[in-house]
Amino acid sequence: MATDKKLFKGLSRRDLLKTLGGIPLFGVIWSAGANFSAKAKRERNLLLETLNIKASAPPASGPLSGEPLRVGLIGFGIRGEQLMRSLGFATNEWLEQMAKSSAENPNDKRLEDFKAQENLNVKLTAICDIFDAQAEKALASFNSNGNTCKRYRTHLDLINSGEVDAVIIATPDHWHAPMAIDAINAGLHVYLEKPMTHTIQETYDLRDVCRKNPNIKLAVGHQHRQTQSFLTAQDAIAKNTLGHVSLVVTTTNRNDDNGAWQYDIHPDASTDTIDWDAFLGTAPKIPFNAEHFFRWRKWWAYGSGLSGDLLTHDYDRINCVLKMGIPKYITASGGIYTHRDGRNVPDVMQINMDFPDFSTGTSQEPGKEKGMTLVYSATLGNQFERGTLLMGHDATMELGNMLTIHADPRSTKYAELIKENKIDPMVPIYQYDPSANGVDAVTSATAKYFANKGLLWTYRDGKRVDSTFLHIREWMSCIRNGGEPSCGINEGFEEAIAAHMGGLSYKIGRRIEWDHENEKIIALPGEDLDAILLNNDIT
Amino acid sequence: MSLTFQFTKAQTFSLVLLRILIGWHFLYEGVIKVYSPSWSAKGYLLSATYMESFFQWLASESMISIVDTLNIGALLLIGFGLIIGFKTKWAIILGIGLLILYYLAHPPFPGYPQGPSEGSYWIVNKNLIEAAALLVLYMFPTETSFGLARLFSKSQPETPNP
Repeated sequence: MATDKKLFKGLSRRDLLKTLGGIPLFGVIWSAGANFSAKAKRERNLLLETLNIKASAPPASGPLSGEPLRVGLIGFGIRGEQLMRSLGFATNEWLEQMAKSSAENPNDKRLEDFKAQENLNVKLTAICDIFDAQAEKALASFNSNGNTCKRYRTHLDLINSGEVDAVIIATPDHWHAPMAIDAINAGLHVYLEKPMTHTIQETYDLRDVCRKNPNIKLAVGHQHRQTQSFLTAQDAIAKNTLGHVSLVVTTTNRNDDNGAWQYDIHPDASTDTIDWDAFLGTAPKIPFNAEHFFRWRKWWAYGSGLSGDLLTHDYDRINCVLKMGIPKYITASGGIYTHRDGRNVPDVMQINMDFPDFSTGTSQEPGKEKGMTLVYSATLGNQFERGTLLMGHDATMELGNMLTIHADPRSTKYAELIKENKIDPMVPIYQYDPSANGVDAVTSATAKYFANKGLLWTYRDGKRVDSTFLHIREWMSCIRNGGEPSCGINEGFEEAIAAHMGGLSYKIGRRIEWDHENEKIIALPGEDLDAILLNNDIT
Repeated sequence: MSLTFQFTKAQTFSLVLLRILIGWHFLYEGVIKVYSPSWSAKGYLLSATYMESFFQWLASESMISIVDTLNIGALLLIGFGLIIGFKTKWAIILGIGLLILYYLAHPPFPGYPQGPSEGSYWIVNKNLIEAAALLVLYMFPTETSFGLARLFSKSQPETPNP
C-alpha cells in the first residue's frame, strides 16, 4: 500500500488525467453495451410475451419393447430401399458405397447416422418384389445379423404367409389400395406410401376396410408430419398470430432428371426377370416396357403425376397445421412443358384449392374475413426455392425447416407496435429453429444466412434423425402401445380426395366441387370420374 | 523496444486515438456478447471457407463453449488493455491473433465465397486492416503517454517521449 501511495505522489492533475483517463471511457462503453442489450432484450421479451407462441417438438413415440415385430416389405424399389434403411436394414451395396463416400468426404455422415439410428426391434421376415434383381439384392443383404428374410412371388403369398405382423407397401400407386385392403383384411398393420390411393373409389373402399378393422394401424407415408416445427406452427395459428390467412402458397421446384422421375433402367430388365402381368395389375394390358416399369410415375396408368406424387406432401403438411380438410373447389392447369419424352402426366402444374368457409381467425371486425385459397405451384423445369407461405392479414409465416413469421406492414393487430418502431416488418417477429436452444424474436441477416444454408441445424439428442424413421417409429409405437398414427386413414382420405380432385380438374379442364355433406366429388350426369382420372389419352 | 526519436504532441495524440478506437471496438463487441447469452461463434466457425476442418473442430460440441468463453474474455481484455493503457503489448498480440483467426475463417481470397458483408473486398478486408493497425500500435507504444502504465514508468528514468 505504501508503494501505491508513493505511485500517485507528485502526480499533477494533468498527469492523473493522462494516467487514469481511460477508466471513465471504459465505464461509458461498458454501460452503453449493457444498456443496449437490456433494451433489445426487453423489446424481444415484450414481443415474445405478446405473441405467446409455445415452441415444442412433437411428442416422442412410445417404447418398442417386447417380441420383435415381424415386418414384410412389398416393393423394393428406390423408395422401398429408403424405407428399409429407416427400418434399420441397408443393402450391402449401399453400405459399401457409403463407406467409400465417407472415406472420401469426412463431412458425409450418412453411414454414421445410419449406424447411430435407434434399433426398432423388428425382424424383416418377408420381401415381395417382382423384379428378380431387386428381390435377390434384398435377400443377399437382409439374411444376416440374425435376420431371416424370405422372398414371396406375390403380395398375397406374403400377406398370407403367417410370417408377418405388419407390411410396408412401397409399390406403384395403382397397387397401393388393393394391397393395403388385402393386408388389412388379413389382420396386418399397414404402412402405405403416398398417395394413399390411385382412384376415387379405392379411397372409399380403403376407408371402409379400416373402419371395419379398428384395431389395425394404418399409417400413410407423409413423414412431414414429424417435422419438429409443426406443433409450434399450430400454436402460432391458434394464438391468431397471422390473423386471417387468405392465401397459402406451396411449391415444388425441381430441375433434374431424377426429380422428373427419369430413373435408371436396370440392364437386366426383361420378361425373364420381371413379372410383367403382376406389375400391370388393373392397368391397361400392354406389352413389356422397361421404361414403364422403372419410370412408372410418368404415366397415369400407374402413378398420379404431380397431383398425387408431390402435391399430396404439400397438402398434408398444410392440413396438419391448419386442419382445413378437403377443399370445396379445385381448379388446375398445366401441361407437359419441360420433359416431352412420352410421359402423359404434366410436369408443370398449378392447383388452386378453395376453402370458402375456412378461417384461421381475425383481428378485424367480425364478418369481414372468411375463406382461403391454397395454391400449389409446381414445375419440374426450375429449382429456384420458393418455399411455403401462409399469408395472413397480420403476418406471414414461412414454413420450412425453420419457422419464420414477419408482421405485415398493414396489420391491424400489430399496428401500434409497428408505429412505435417496436416491430420492423422487415425483421422476423418470431423465428423457431428446432435445432437452437431457445427461441428468438429477431435475428440478424447473418444468422439467417447461416440458417438458410442449413449450417445451424442440430438434431434430436444431438443425432441427426430422418423424418421417415420417426414416422415409421410412430407407426410401430401405435401397433405396440395403442394410439393413432398422425397420418392415418382420415388424413389419408382427405389427402387422396384432394389429389384426385386436382387430377380430375386438370383432365376435365373445369372446376371440381366437393359435396361436403354427402362426401362426394360432384360429377355431371353420366360422368365416370374414375374413368376420366385413369384415362391415358388425356395428357 | 526503445524509441530513439520523440513524437510530436499531434503524433502521440493520433496514436492514442487509434489505440482507443480499436479498444472501443473490441470492448463493445465483447460487452454485447456478454449480455447476449444465446450468442455463439458456432455459425461463423461452421461456415468457414478456409481451414475448414480446424474451424469445424473449434465449433464441435466439446469445444464450442470453451471457444465462446475464450473469445468473449479475449475481446474484453483487449478492449480493457487498449483503452486503459495497461499491458497494451499483450493486448495487441492477442488482438492480432484473434483478428487473423476471424480473417482466415472467411478470407476474401479471389474465388472464395464472400458470404454476408456490407462491402466489397479482395484479399484485404477490415479484419486485416485492423490487425495491421494493431501492428502499428505495437511498434509505437503510447501507454506511458496515456494510460495506467504511466504510473509504473514514473519510477524509471524519463523516457524520451513526452
